[in-house]
Amino acid sequence: MIEWVKRQVTVLRAPSRYFSLGFLTIGGFIAGVIFWGGFNTVLEATNTETFCISCHEMRNNVFQELKTTIHYTNRSGVRATCPDCHVPHNWTDKIARKTQATKEVWGKIFGTIRTREKFLEKRLELAKHEWARLKTNNSLECRNCHDFEYMDFTRQGVRAEKAHSTQLARGEKTCIDCHKGIAHKLPNMAGVENF
Amino acid sequence: MKQMIVCVGLFGIIYSAHADDNIATLRGEVSITDQPPAPRMEQVEDHDIKRKRNYPMQPPTIPHAIDKYYQVDLFVNKCLSCHSRQHTEASQAPMVSDTHYKDRDGKVLAEVSPRRYFCSQCHVIQVEVKPLVDNTFEGLLHDPATGW
Ligand code: HEC
Ligand code: HEC
Ligand code: HEC
Ligand code: HEC
Ligand code: HEC
Repeated sequence: MIEWVKRQVTVLRAPSRYFSLGFLTIGGFIAGVIFWGGFNTVLEATNTETFCISCHEMRNNVFQELKTTIHYTNRSGVRATCPDCHVPHNWTDKIARKTQATKEVWGKIFGTIRTREKFLEKRLELAKHEWARLKTNNSLECRNCHDFEYMDFTRQGVRAEKAHSTQLARGEKTCIDCHKGIAHKLPNMAGVENF
Repeated sequence: MKQMIVCVGLFGIIYSAHADDNIATLRGEVSITDQPPAPRMEQVEDHDIKRKRNYPMQPPTIPHAIDKYYQVDLFVNKCLSCHSRQHTEASQAPMVSDTHYKDRDGKVLAEVSPRRYFCSQCHVIQVEVKPLVDNTFEGLLHDPATGW
């Protein structure tokens, strides 16, 4: 066995006997593109709402709730899908979030939140992860669509204008501090700071 | 006697089935097999200007929209996240008055009393529409106590 492994390693380390350097470079490049493309295609495929709600935990719980909110239907017909709010756009962050999501797939397989009851039990913890993430990135995902620079306060409600022109403008608070529960029902908020 | 009861009963059923034809239902003049066009949703008043109360103990109407994502259920009371004592500094909303902290025996509680938990039981939003039925209610013009 060890002998065999050693032989393979020698083969791998030996310079190529049959293929030209050019072929190897270009071939390698093409293979790389194909691999990369494939990787990204898979990544993109997991980055759609259809994928998110293909598992019933999401379809029966959070998706049903999202459907009643302004981010699903509104007068202008612009929609926010799951990845818009939950997956970072920038590549390193995206990969980091996806790696983390692997844990959630684990949760799926072992049925951590298989029933509505189990989901509700776990909900506060799940929500806290999202709040913490949005708090640290200054609600980046919200700002991808809602740009503070272009908010016309004169067009907003009085309460909105007051809050946005003070605490938000001064950077004391970020979107998620005030807009928890914007897309789904909230868990039991007893003990959650500032709610 | 038995026959009599059956007869009256039958008559009742036939009569009520017949009378049904004339009852205006919420569906309007549309037959049960048709889908009537959905009525317009009116804009909820959201200009944050308080309306006058018609008598001193009237629950004030809500001067802002609440259809956004204001969840009030077993877990959460979004209204209180602005209107409760702890949060009025940040939200600058009027605090629920002390009556909301009293139980029905007048004992003052530390938290909003359960009977005042579901706010929209008493407080309602307003829309600017023609009232469906005329209302001849006249509010108090003066406060009887002060004459103002
Ligand atoms: C894909 C783009 C997108 C993303 C991401 C997004 N929104 Fe929105 N948001 C919208 C649109 C579109 C509307 C509806 C605008 C309209 O028709 O008035 C809206 C409306 C809102 C409203 C108004 C609610 C109401 O009832 O008037 C709030 C508050 C809001 N978003 C907060 C957030 C927060 C907080 C986040 C981040 C967690 C976020 N949004 C992420 C697109 C987005
Ligand atoms: C200090 C608290 C606070 C912060 C921070 C905050 N908002 Fe708001 N926002 C409010 C309040 C209060 C309202 C009005 C009442 C409501 O919608 O619940 C509002 C309303 C809105 C509306 C609806 C506008 C309208 O006229 O009703 C949008 C859209 C919105 N916020 C987006 C955002 C986004 C995006 C951010 C982050 C960039 C943000 N808000 C940060 C408090 C805040
Ligand atoms: C407008 C932004 C937005 C959209 C769109 C959105 N979410 Fe969320 N989601 C949030 C926020 C913010 C939280 C944090 C908890 C809260 O505030 O409700 C959250 C929390 C969650 C949670 C944790 C459990 C919970 O309810 O708190 C899950 C699971 C989740 N979202 C899944 C989804 C899925 C699946 C979709 C698509 C069907 C989706 N989300 C669409 C903003 C969004
Ligand atoms: C984002 C903070 C916020 C939330 C959430 C909120 N309110 Fe208000 N509310 C205010 C503010 C601020 C005022 C003061 C007038 C104005 O600006 O609209 C007010 C005014 C009122 C008034 C009028 C008080 C008076 O003296 O005339 C009532 C009643 C009321 N709100 C009820 C509710 C109910 C019921 C809910 C939940 C369904 C709710 N509010 C949710 C901020 C809020
Ligand atoms: C059983 C009916 C009832 C319920 C439920 C109720 N209220 Fe009231 N509310 C009143 C009445 C009556 C008044 C006016 C007299 C008073 O202050 O007690 C009032 C007054 C108020 C005021 C004005 C206080 C002031 O000093 O101007 C606010 C704000 C308010 N309520 C908010 C709420 C909120 C938020 C909830 C839900 C947590 C709620 N109310 C639940 C009956 C109710």
